[in-house]
Amino acid sequence: MSDLMNTAGRRALIRLLFCFALVSLAFTSSAFSQSGGELRFCLRSEPKTFDPLLVDDDSSLAIRYLTGGVLVRANRKTQDLEPELAESWKVSKDGKQITFKLRHGITFSDGSPFSSEDVAFTMQRLMDPALHTSTGDAFRSGSGAVSTKIIAPDQIVIIFPAPLAGLERLFDQVAIMSAHSPKKEVAVLGPFLVAEYKAGSSVLLRRNPNYWKKDSQGRRLPYLDSIRLDIQSNRDVEMLRFKRGELDLINVLDSDYFDRLAASSPQLAHDAGASLDSDFMWFNQVASAPIPEYKRAWFRSANFRRAISQAINREDLSRVVFNGHAQPAVGPVSPANKFWFNSKLKAEPYRPDSALKRLQADGFRLQNGALFDKGGNAVEFSIVTNAGSKPRERMAVMVQEDLGKLGIKVNVVTLDFPSLIERISQKFNYEAAMLGFRNVDLDPNGQMNIWLSSAENHAWNPQQKSPETAWEAEIDRLMRAQASTADPKKRKGSFDRVQEIAAEQAPFIYLVNQNALSAVSGAVEGANPGILSPQTFWNAERLTLNASTRASR
Amino acid sequence: MQRERMNAARKLACVVVVAVCAVSLAANWLAPAGYAKQFRDAPSAPPSHQHLLGTDEVGRDRFARVLYGTRISLLLAPAAALVSTVLAALVGGLAGYLGGIWLRLARGFTDLFLSLPWLFLLITVRALLPLNVSPLVSVLITFLILGLLGWAASARVLSTSADALRNSDFVLQARASGLHGPRLFLVHVLPNLKPVLYAQFWISIPVFILSEANLGILGLGVAEPLPSWGSLLRELEGLITFREEPWRLVPLLLLIVVMTSFQLLLSNEEVTA
Repeated sequence: MSDLMNTAGRRALIRLLFCFALVSLAFTSSAFSQSGGELRFCLRSEPKTFDPLLVDDDSSLAIRYLTGGVLVRANRKTQDLEPELAESWKVSKDGKQITFKLRHGITFSDGSPFSSEDVAFTMQRLMDPALHTSTGDAFRSGSGAVSTKIIAPDQIVIIFPAPLAGLERLFDQVAIMSAHSPKKEVAVLGPFLVAEYKAGSSVLLRRNPNYWKKDSQGRRLPYLDSIRLDIQSNRDVEMLRFKRGELDLINVLDSDYFDRLAASSPQLAHDAGASLDSDFMWFNQVASAPIPEYKRAWFRSANFRRAISQAINREDLSRVVFNGHAQPAVGPVSPANKFWFNSKLKAEPYRPDSALKRLQADGFRLQNGALFDKGGNAVEFSIVTNAGSKPRERMAVMVQEDLGKLGIKVNVVTLDFPSLIERISQKFNYEAAMLGFRNVDLDPNGQMNIWLSSAENHAWNPQQKSPETAWEAEIDRLMRAQASTADPKKRKGSFDRVQEIAAEQAPFIYLVNQNALSAVSGAVEGANPGILSPQTFWNAERLTLNASTRASR
Repeated sequence: MQRERMNAARKLACVVVVAVCAVSLAANWLAPAGYAKQFRDAPSAPPSHQHLLGTDEVGRDRFARVLYGTRISLLLAPAAALVSTVLAALVGGLAGYLGGIWLRLARGFTDLFLSLPWLFLLITVRALLPLNVSPLVSVLITFLILGLLGWAASARVLSTSADALRNSDFVLQARASGLHGPRLFLVHVLPNLKPVLYAQFWISIPVFILSEANLGILGLGVAEPLPSWGSLLRELEGLITFREEPWRLVPLLLLIVVMTSFQLLLSNEEVTA
C-alpha cells in the first residue's frame, strides 16, 4: 500500500515538474521574443504635430518614422528602395502613374483592415490644397489634381497631372492613414504607436500589437516593448544622461561631444562618414540689394567667387573645426549620396596663389598687404551667419584669416536667426552669408527650390522673372529636364551637368560635409548607425536591449 | 579690528585691479603672437611653454586673448559707465532738483525704461547696425549702446537724492539769498550729489562687463577676431567637468576676481557716500 502510494506520489510529482517545465519554457520563449525592453532617447524639441501628413519638424519626423507605415521604404544603409506595405510597384513610361500591389492581411493598430481605400484616402488628404504640407508639395508636378483609381482592394493606381521624376522614392515619406477608423492619427501601420504624450516632458511609444512584419525566424516585430522619447533641448544634459545610462541613443552628435565620448568610451561613439548635410557661403548678387555697385560687380564675377573658393583651406576647416569629422565639400551633392554624386568633380583645393592670379586677371591688385579692385576700392566685405552655431562661427573666423592672406578684409557678423533670415531673404541687406543645408532627400528634385532661378531659395539672387545669366538659364533647363523624365540615366546626366556648372560658377562656395556622428549605448543590440536620417534608429523594429538593461528598467 | 581688515581687503582689491589693468596694457609685450593668429596645427592645445593657457578651438593663443580681452572689457566698461552716469545725472539729478511734475514725469519714464526687455532690445539694436564695421568699431558701438541704455536705474537713485537736497536747509537758504536756476543746481546741488554719482559709476562698471559677457554668450557682443571677456566665457559652453580642461576657467576666475575687487572698492565709496 505504501509502495503504491509512493509510486502514485512519484508520478504526480513528475507530472507536476513536467507541467512546470512546460510553463517555464513557454514563459521564457515569450519573454525572449516579445520583451525587448524600453529604449530611451531624446527629442530636441516639442513635436509640433502627431498628424503624419502635417509633419515638418525633426521631432515629429522621428515619431512619424517610428509609428507610420509606408508603401515603400528607402533602406538607410544601402539607399535602395524596399517594399513595405506594397509588395511591388510599377511606374508608367510617361512617369505620370504609379501602380501599387498591396500586401494582404494587414490591419491598423486599432484592428481596422488595410486596403487600397486607405491609400486613396491618404493621397486625397495629402494633396488637399487646404492642408498644404511639405510632404504633399513634393508630389505637385504641374497644374491639375492628383487622382487615384482603386482597381482592387489590394491594387491602386495613383495618377499625376505631369511626369514626376523619382516618384516611387517620395512614398518613403507618406505614412498611410486609415480611411475608416474614427481616430485617424491613433490608428497606425508602423511598428509603434503613441501611447502617452506629456507636453514639454516626454512621448511614450508602445509596440503596435498588429504590426505585420516578422523576422526570419517568424517572430513578430518589433522586439522592443516601448520607446520613451524625452523632450530635452540641452545637449549637455543629453550627454550627461547618456553617460549615466539613462539614455540609449544620441541620434546626432556635435564633433566636440563626439570626441569627448570617444576618448572615454570609444565603443559607444559612431562616425558613419560624410553625411548629406553641407555648410556653404555665398555672395549677394541681387540687383536691387542695398550694396555699393562696385561690390555687386565683384560678387557677380565668377572669377572673384572662384578665387575666394580657392583661397579657403577646406582641409583645415574639416580638421580644426570638426576635429576631422567632416570632409571638404565638392558641390551640391555629398559623396555620401551614392547615385547622384558626380564623381568626376573634386573639392576645390587650397590654392591661394592661383586665387590671386584669378583676381589679378579681373583687375585686382595687391598693395601693401591689402587688395584693391581696378577702381581703387579696398576689398572688404562682411559675412553674416547665425549666432549660437559654434562650428559656423569658427569656420567664419578661419575664412576671415584665409582671405586676410590675400589682402581681403572680412568682417564676421553673427545675428540672431530671425534677423539673419530677414536680411538674406527679404531685405537682401547683406554682402555674404554662411549657412548650412540639412539635406534629407537623396533625389535632386528636393533641390528644385534652390536651383531654379525663379525659386525663393535661390539664395544668391532669388525669384528672378527670367534667368539673369546664361549659366542660370542652363541650370533651369537641366533641372526641368531631369524632373520631367523617368529615365534615371537621363536624369543623372542632367544633374551631373548642374553640378559641373555649380563648380564652374561657384554661386554657392561649398565648404564641408559634416560626418554623421551618433552615440549608441552598449545596452542596445542590433544598432547599425548610418548617414541617412534617422541615423541610429532607422531599424528600430529590430533593436533590442540586453538582458541586464531590461532587468534594471 | 573689522575696519582694519576691510581696509586691508580694499588695499588688496586696489592692487589687484591696478595689476590686472597694467598686465592687460602690456599685452603687446607679454603675448607678441597676438590675439588673432591661428596656430592651426595646435587647436584646443593644453598649456605649454609656447601657449601658457593653451589654445582655443581654432588654435589662437588663449593667454594673449585673455590679456587683450581684459584690456577691452576693463577699458571700455568704465567708459560706458561714465556715459550712463552723465545721462543719469542729467535726467535724474535735474528732475529731482526741479521736483513737481518734472520729477513725476522722469520717474514714470525711468520706470518704463526699466521695465523694457533689454536683452531683446539689445539684440534688435545690434541687428540694425551696419554690417561692415571693423571689430574695433563694433566693440565701441557695443559699449556705447550699453552706456546709452544703462542710465535708468542710476537716474532713479539720483532723482531721489536730488529731491531730498531740494528741500534741504542749505538749498532753502541759498534760494532765500536770491540764488536760482542753473547756478543753484551747479553750485549747491550737483556737488552734493557727487558721492551718489561716484557710487553709481562704480556699480555700473561690473554691470556693463557682465552685460557684454551676456551679449558675447549670445554671439552678439564684440566681433571676431577681437576678444572680450564675453567671447572668452563662451568657451565654457559644453565644459562638462572642471577637471577636463581647468585652464579654460581662467577667464571666469579673472572675471570673479576683478568683480570682487570692484565690489570691495565700491563698499568704500558707499561708506563715503
